[in-house]
Amino acid sequence: MSGKEYRTITDVKGPLVFLNKTDPVAYGEIVSLRLSDGSIKNGQVLDTSDDMVVVQVFEGTAGIDRKTGIQFMGDVFKLPVSKDLIGRILTGAGKPRDGGPEIIGEFNADIIGAAINPYSRESPEVFIQTGISAIDCCTTLVRGQKLPIFSASGLPHNDIALQIARQAKLIDSDEQFIVVFCAMGITAEEYNYFRHDLERTGALENAVLFVNLADDPAVERLITPRLALTTAEFLAFEHDYHVLVIYTDMTNYCDSLRQIGAAREEVPGRRGYPGYMYTDLAMLYERAGIVKGKKGSITQFPILTMPGDDITHPIPDLSGYITEGQIVISRELHQKGIYPPINILPSLSRLMNAGIGDGKTREDHKSVSDQLYAAYAQGRELRGLVAIVGEDALNERDLQLLKFSDIFEDTYLRQDRDEDRSITQTLDMAWDILTNIDTKYLVRLDQKWIDKYHPTDKK
Amino acid sequence: MSDKGSIYRISGPVVTVTGIDAKMYDVVRVGDEGLMGEVIELHGEKAVIQVYEDTSGIRPGESVINTGDTLSVVLGPGLLTQIYDGIQRPLKVLEEKMGVFITRGVDADGIDMEKIWEFKPVVAVGDEVSSGQVIGTVQETETIEHRVMVPLGKGGVVKEIKGGEFNVTEIICTLEDGSELAMLQRWPVRSPRPYIQKYAPDTPLVTGQRILDFLFPLAKGGTAGIPGPFGSGKTVIQQQLAKWSDAQIVVYIGCGERGNEMTEVLTEFPKLIDPNSGKPLMNRTVMIANTSNMPVAAREASVYTGVTIAEYYRDMGYDVALMADSTSRWAEAMREISSRLEEMPGEEGYPAYLSSRLAEFYERAGRVETLSGADGSISIIGAVSPPGGDISEPVSQGTLRIVKVFWGLDAGLARQRHFPAIAWLSSYSLYPATLDQWYRDNVATDFPEVRTKISSLLQVESELQEIVQLVGSDALPIDQQLTLEVARMIREYFLQQNAFHDVDTYSNLDLQYKMAAAILSFQENAKLAIDAGAMLEDVVNVPARTDLLRGRFEEGYGERIDELVANMNKQIADAAGAEN
Ligand SMILES: Nc1ncnc2c1ncn2[C@@H]1O[C@H](COP(=O)(O)OP(=O)(O)OP(=O)(O)O)[C@@H](O)[C@H]1O
Ligand SMILES: [Mg+2]
Repeated sequence: MSGKEYRTITDVKGPLVFLNKTDPVAYGEIVSLRLSDGSIKNGQVLDTSDDMVVVQVFEGTAGIDRKTGIQFMGDVFKLPVSKDLIGRILTGAGKPRDGGPEIIGEFNADIIGAAINPYSRESPEVFIQTGISAIDCCTTLVRGQKLPIFSASGLPHNDIALQIARQAKLIDSDEQFIVVFCAMGITAEEYNYFRHDLERTGALENAVLFVNLADDPAVERLITPRLALTTAEFLAFEHDYHVLVIYTDMTNYCDSLRQIGAAREEVPGRRGYPGYMYTDLAMLYERAGIVKGKKGSITQFPILTMPGDDITHPIPDLSGYITEGQIVISRELHQKGIYPPINILPSLSRLMNAGIGDGKTREDHKSVSDQLYAAYAQGRELRGLVAIVGEDALNERDLQLLKFSDIFEDTYLRQDRDEDRSITQTLDMAWDILTNIDTKYLVRLDQKWIDKYHPTDKK
Repeated sequence: MSDKGSIYRISGPVVTVTGIDAKMYDVVRVGDEGLMGEVIELHGEKAVIQVYEDTSGIRPGESVINTGDTLSVVLGPGLLTQIYDGIQRPLKVLEEKMGVFITRGVDADGIDMEKIWEFKPVVAVGDEVSSGQVIGTVQETETIEHRVMVPLGKGGVVKEIKGGEFNVTEIICTLEDGSELAMLQRWPVRSPRPYIQKYAPDTPLVTGQRILDFLFPLAKGGTAGIPGPFGSGKTVIQQQLAKWSDAQIVVYIGCGERGNEMTEVLTEFPKLIDPNSGKPLMNRTVMIANTSNMPVAAREASVYTGVTIAEYYRDMGYDVALMADSTSRWAEAMREISSRLEEMPGEEGYPAYLSSRLAEFYERAGRVETLSGADGSISIIGAVSPPGGDISEPVSQGTLRIVKVFWGLDAGLARQRHFPAIAWLSSYSLYPATLDQWYRDNVATDFPEVRTKISSLLQVESELQEIVQLVGSDALPIDQQLTLEVARMIREYFLQQNAFHDVDTYSNLDLQYKMAAAILSFQENAKLAIDAGAMLEDVVNVPARTDLLRGRFEEGYGERIDELVANMNKQIADAAGAEN
């Protein structure tokens, strides 16, 4: 559209360009900037009035000067969507990165995405077996859920995400997941690790990758997850696919958000992040789910690294307030050499109750998982006490709990990177390790399940 | 200046308009698509508008029209069982008009204007009626009778009134002064509806949640705040109250929270039976769902939309419970709009008027004498989501200054799966003094004394725990070890309550009292046995005690509990006998 080119830049600040004397420009409109060396950058309108237009430039403002020509493209950011996206690798701005042809879309989809009408949602309740006991038993994942991995630098979150991507399945169907992978500011090494694993297992053919690496423009990261989610919505709701969206690292995304906020001189919220970060993250995370009348679904696995291992940092904190639980990776367990080092205590799946029980996993699941939690929590607490007063001061019950917490970590949490446990194995193993505690102390277990499943005390 | 102006600037949900003649809070139509907005600031000849829909693609120069109305809700039969967005558009109608994704520029009436209701007058020609007086009734749902009231500002002698089948806009009553009344009314959401006077609350809102009813009760007409970090159980408590509390009407506001949580309520409530009426819970419920990804300006409005609907049912003489999940998201919406207005920020970027807005909102709770002389109430229960779980922040503090009940949730308890994760030492209710008489009259004469015993045991436990942390529990004298066991029993058997367990999810007051008494009975008998030489281990582990503890998950526990307690006490006494 519109060919008119303006050269009316007044200010350039951080990733923002300010210009005046334009015809009316739409809020959110896409902008093309032509630099004096002929190169092109892209941006989007953040504020527009009769006197002043503010443009955020995705590729950064290096090289922009007053002579830079600015064209408004007449429309908001759209992504051409097509089934041909499957198997492709694209940049963080949606351009081919694999040497393949440009994507010709069935149509162009607005990447901001409209909110799903809450009335039109369907409750996620189909159990996804990941083959990882800590997740399947204690923080059960269901189709259509958004369940982030809260990790920290140097921990094996990528391995866990990949293991989930490889092993995720429904128990009574062989429907496959399509993986939409979205990299934001990760290193080339990390990216290659993901790509090779997806290649090795053949999953790449059934995946779409959007890649913004550490040395790619930071502001572009604000677009990348929206492209990924727009693709996911298209595949799920136009073509009935079950889509698993993995995006990493949300922390880099949030830092880009902070950068824009600072350049606009907004009043910062906690630790300098913008006050609207909750809403902004919700606009991503809420694009998970199942809707009436559509066969597909979107399940999200955002990965974020907690700065300073601090779960109260605004990034994990605001994420936790939006997502339907979290899987927390623990440095302590990792240092003990346990993989996957998932600390089940702060981990949670809020949709678990809908996805487990008779006809879904097994009737005793809830009871068993509650009991594991309670026993492990108490056992861990006792470790602190023992460090001070020694084991002698413990009574019989406490001794058993203490021992249990070690067994739990060593045999239940610990599994191989390619060990794929069925839900029955996972639950049976839980009963096995619970025999280390006298049944009379297992108050979270319903008597009827003890009668039926307890390896030694069943009737 | 005219009722039409043109857009000067767009910054997210905030649009500045020139050349328009507008009053504060006027509703306007913005841009070529006619998006709904509200005037929130006047600046010389510019008006600043918050827009309730997404503004992308809108350009300066597009026109803005002032409707001259203020932001209002429509009131009348047909509100119950509905689910609305923040500006009272029924989500079901939006789905019909735009499919599963919410696009923009679509209007929808808050209630069905065509639906026919059977109207039964309760006043006759020649009667003198005044504002707020009930003139007739409609059976709105199976359980709720809708009382049609004279709109505020109207009144006089009835000239004509008709019974029979009408939709909400048809004239059902004419007054001598020529006023024509229909069932439909409007009310501006930002103005509280009037009443004659406020009364002190004297009846508990019974919730069936043991820790709430027993230790930290909320009164009908009272206010409660539930601060807690993510995942600590705020929403589950709110939903439990929406399900089981003995309010007659429930208004549930999902304010800036998850879409799936609203879906859960929508799918579950029609299947759940109200223990008080025996009919599906949906019959008494109105939901407002403005989820976190829906426009923030409508999120800001959602709380007012909800509380105005609550007041309308209160005015009919009902006890209404209103849940707002989460008030922090509402406050953040205010903050976002305020920062777009470039207002001088107060603490943590929130506008300086945050605490007065919170106070005004909770002030709309209360037990009142309505204009028609009836007794009605609104109880408000607000969730608060403090960053990092730290309640020293402005929204928590602003809330705690106002509410009378504080249910503080603790991340540590949630981690141990101790639910509801209400911290029993720091939470409080200021109502017990006013409610004690009610408990004595309706549950047990010594109810307040039993409560005091239970809470002091918990207090003593926390002191003993400090010693245990240093020396281990075996080093304590036996009577203190027993106290720890009793306190454990309070925590695990009484305070913990599984919201997802068919039986455990609700305990009536009678059962609550019996369970508390069972604990005290254990304490007493165990002490006797130990004094007579029994081992603590043996006393604690008598099989009948396990039966008592596990029994609470079984149907009919209320009838069996006395017998289970007697068995336990007998076995405890036997344990003492065996030692001698
Ligand atoms: N009374 C209860 N019984 C059993 N489980 C509970 C109870 N309360 C909370 N839970 C568990 O805790 C989880 C989190 O609770 P909830 O969703 O209410 O947290 P929240 O405080 O509202 O979190 P957020 O602020 O993120 O919305 C639930 O999904 C459930 O697993
Ligand atoms: Mg919640």
